[in-house]
Amino acid sequence: MIRKLILTALATVAFTAGSSFAQEVDPVIKDVPFSFDGPFGTYDQHQLQRGLQVYTEVCSACHGMKLVAIRTLGDVGGPHLAADQVKAYAAAFPVNDTASNPQYNDASGKTRALTPNDNFPANNMMGAPDMSVLAKARAAFHGPYKLGINQLIHGIGGPQYIVAILEGYTGKTKDVAGNTVYENDIFPGGWIQMPNTVLSDGQVTFADGAPNDKLSEAKDVAAFLMWAAEPKMMERKHAGFDGVFFLIILTSLLYLTNKRIWAPMKGKKTA
Amino acid sequence: MSQAEDHQGTRRDFLYYATAGAAAVTGGAAIWPLIDQMNPSADVAAQATKEVDVSSISAGTQLTVSWLGKPIFIRHRTDKEIKEGRAVKVADLPDQNAENPNVPAGSLATDQNRTVDADGKWLVMIGICTHLGCVPLGNNAGEFDGWFCPCHGSQYDTAGRIRKGPAPRNMDIPVVKFTDAKTIKLG
Amino acid sequence: MAGIPHDHYEPKSGFEKWLHKRLPIVGLLYDTLMIPTPKNLNWMWIWGIVLTFCLILQIATGIVLAMHYTPNTGLAFASVEHIMRDVRGGDMIRYMHMNGATLFFIAVYLHIFRGLYYGSYKAPREVTWIIGMLIYLAMMATAFMGYVLPWGQMSFWGATVITGLFGAIPGVGPTIQAWLLGGPAVTNATLNRFFSLHYLLPFVIAALVAVHIWAFHSTGNNNPTGVEVRRTSKADAEKDTVPFWPYFVLKDLFALALIFTIFFAIVSYMPNYFGSPDNYIEANPMKTPASIEPEWYFLPFYAILRAFTQDVWVVQLAHFVTFGLVDAKFFGVLAMFGAIAVMALAPWLDTSSVRSGKYRPMFKWWFALLVIDFVVLMWCGSQFPTAIIGWVSLIAATYWFAYFLIILPLLGVIEKPTKIPATIEDDFNAHYGTGGSAHPAE
Repeated sequence: MIRKLILTALATVAFTAGSSFAQEVDPVIKDVPFSFDGPFGTYDQHQLQRGLQVYTEVCSACHGMKLVAIRTLGDVGGPHLAADQVKAYAAAFPVNDTASNPQYNDASGKTRALTPNDNFPANNMMGAPDMSVLAKARAAFHGPYKLGINQLIHGIGGPQYIVAILEGYTGKTKDVAGNTVYENDIFPGGWIQMPNTVLSDGQVTFADGAPNDKLSEAKDVAAFLMWAAEPKMMERKHAGFDGVFFLIILTSLLYLTNKRIWAPMKGKKTA
Repeated sequence: MSQAEDHQGTRRDFLYYATAGAAAVTGGAAIWPLIDQMNPSADVAAQATKEVDVSSISAGTQLTVSWLGKPIFIRHRTDKEIKEGRAVKVADLPDQNAENPNVPAGSLATDQNRTVDADGKWLVMIGICTHLGCVPLGNNAGEFDGWFCPCHGSQYDTAGRIRKGPAPRNMDIPVVKFTDAKTIKLG
Repeated sequence: MAGIPHDHYEPKSGFEKWLHKRLPIVGLLYDTLMIPTPKNLNWMWIWGIVLTFCLILQIATGIVLAMHYTPNTGLAFASVEHIMRDVRGGDMIRYMHMNGATLFFIAVYLHIFRGLYYGSYKAPREVTWIIGMLIYLAMMATAFMGYVLPWGQMSFWGATVITGLFGAIPGVGPTIQAWLLGGPAVTNATLNRFFSLHYLLPFVIAALVAVHIWAFHSTGNNNPTGVEVRRTSKADAEKDTVPFWPYFVLKDLFALALIFTIFFAIVSYMPNYFGSPDNYIEANPMKTPASIEPEWYFLPFYAILRAFTQDVWVVQLAHFVTFGLVDAKFFGVLAMFGAIAVMALAPWLDTSSVRSGKYRPMFKWWFALLVIDFVVLMWCGSQFPTAIIGWVSLIAATYWFAYFLIILPLLGVIEKPTKIPATIEDDFNAHYGTGGSAHPAE
């Protein structure tokens, strides 16, 4: 009884408070469906490979990814490149920002070729955020009223945020202290340093012939960045399924045992 | 729980056993990851093999690389060293075992059984004295033109075989092979 | 153990007698496990077990994480990612630890509010209550320092802001703050000591938990009626109680398994739901995030901290009376700690002779309001502090203090309690009928 009253009261307060005090309106970010959504979702290996290509050809010019080991590109459940592909990829990957990557210097102080056991290089030349865990460091959904209900339904929305940013340019620019900044509806503050030309229709040509309009490219790279941030997500979902399944059995058994033990106490017959 | 005893048995007992069993499995499943995490992590496991470009090592020089925390001697031997190494009779050696995992177990410590290639140009060893673990000095050091351990004076020949001094065994050879003309793969 | 009359451990075999003379450990375990427990405990009495489980979970996963973590400002963030990517099962262990803190606090709040409703804090259980409050404080300190360790943006700025609270103390504040931080700002020295203390405090908590359990095992559990177990004879006591094993062990384990199932699903499927995305950005002392928000379990007290701004008359009064010593900032700090202090003083502020809220018709409503108040404060703490949020926080914070300082003392005087069952047995039988005559055989 009292519990019901409390719940009702809580709901009333939450909703009335919410609707009258709302002041900060999040830009509305559309939910982009991804193959890894939901409890049974998995990464799409081909999408990750395409996203890797977008990262390599476009993003990596300014964004580092210093916490991700190149060898993990060969991991099952990830892009799953063959071992020799990973090796060739590592050797070909340029270290643009040599000042931030002294660990990749050889004895003579020159940058050596990367190997699969190296991480992606850091890149601080333009002050662009590192992309290693970027997809976990951004959220598309907060509300309503920071209650996080949308996150419960759609997830935190890191990749959705990345897609939205890439799609969020209005086309306007302005100068701030000699730098051009670009108006973006999604970016907090409205003006972003990343030019709206970084990604465009047909910029990357995919070997598998997948569509390469800007939105598709953005989705592919967002998926790749989610994998980069959460490479163990699929393993964890598997463990989650097994674990929850088994725990439900354990809980049911404990429920029955508890019931049976208490039955004589509560004046019921034991079955 | 005496009242539990005065009713008919099997179904109730089965429930209790099943519950206890499931609880035990849960406990085991909870403890296993806590033990398993102490195994080498993926980045360490990835170091188990290492590829070394040897194209820049000229004859008569040695490259020392670190692999799994140990120094690895990669020596490009001169013809003289090869000749010296092959001239030695196995019967004269203190340790007649090749100590080389790349040849069948129990192979004799001939010069050919110590080197990576059939020509005997490349000798790859774990650069640790088999006596007490010091790193021997190279570049034709010691009486046998090979390596000399500064700690207790063990002397190794041009094939890294123990010839004199307290060390019991020839220097160990790691699992090693050429993947192409200029790349050596350790492990 | 004074308390409830019950059978004690009798060593039987020669070895048992030999050991019992030298170390009565089996007896201690027996008495702990077989303690007579009121048989009418409801489902709000499961949180103790859940909390014990949380402590074990956090210590076990924490020790493991410490094997891979590096408490250095240059390496900490990367070492956490090393755990997430390279260590076998590391992502699961770390997410368990992270969400374990959330489960810990959910359980502790339900445990505390259980105590507040059923009057578990009242005589003779004041010491249990006080120890519990100390545990809660130690938990908050541990959680706060643990949150600094991943060295994300929220870690860094949380540490900066919270230690800044101590800086608000007049006179000695800056000295204390520098002592806490080991320097003028949050630096490597801070991270190192927080790591050390984060490892130490859980063992302090474990010791306090032992004392907490010892204390209520001496007084006996409270129960939903608040009526004490009859101690006139063993036979009477056994009508009111059942031994903890197997009755409540199984009940608690069932509840724990159910809760752990939900916990495991959250860890597996939405591990970052309770966290802040900003903490996946490496700490940058040059750039404050757009909004700094503590973890959800600190939000109610954070809201109280922010509620008392300098345009509130109480703050102005305090400022005037203390000749400017107490400014708004310090007042906020005092209010935050005071909010916990008044809760700790509940045993002496509550004047009612009735223990359980079940039989207090007016108290029920005020208590329900307190629960709502707590949730409102939590929500306020998560919001950007606008004028309206400020007002709501202030009203809610005021109610928090009013509940303990005014309502609890007054209610005991003016309220007329409803009929209380004479014994626990009566209450139990009212629920389950008298058919349950099968007591544990003596």
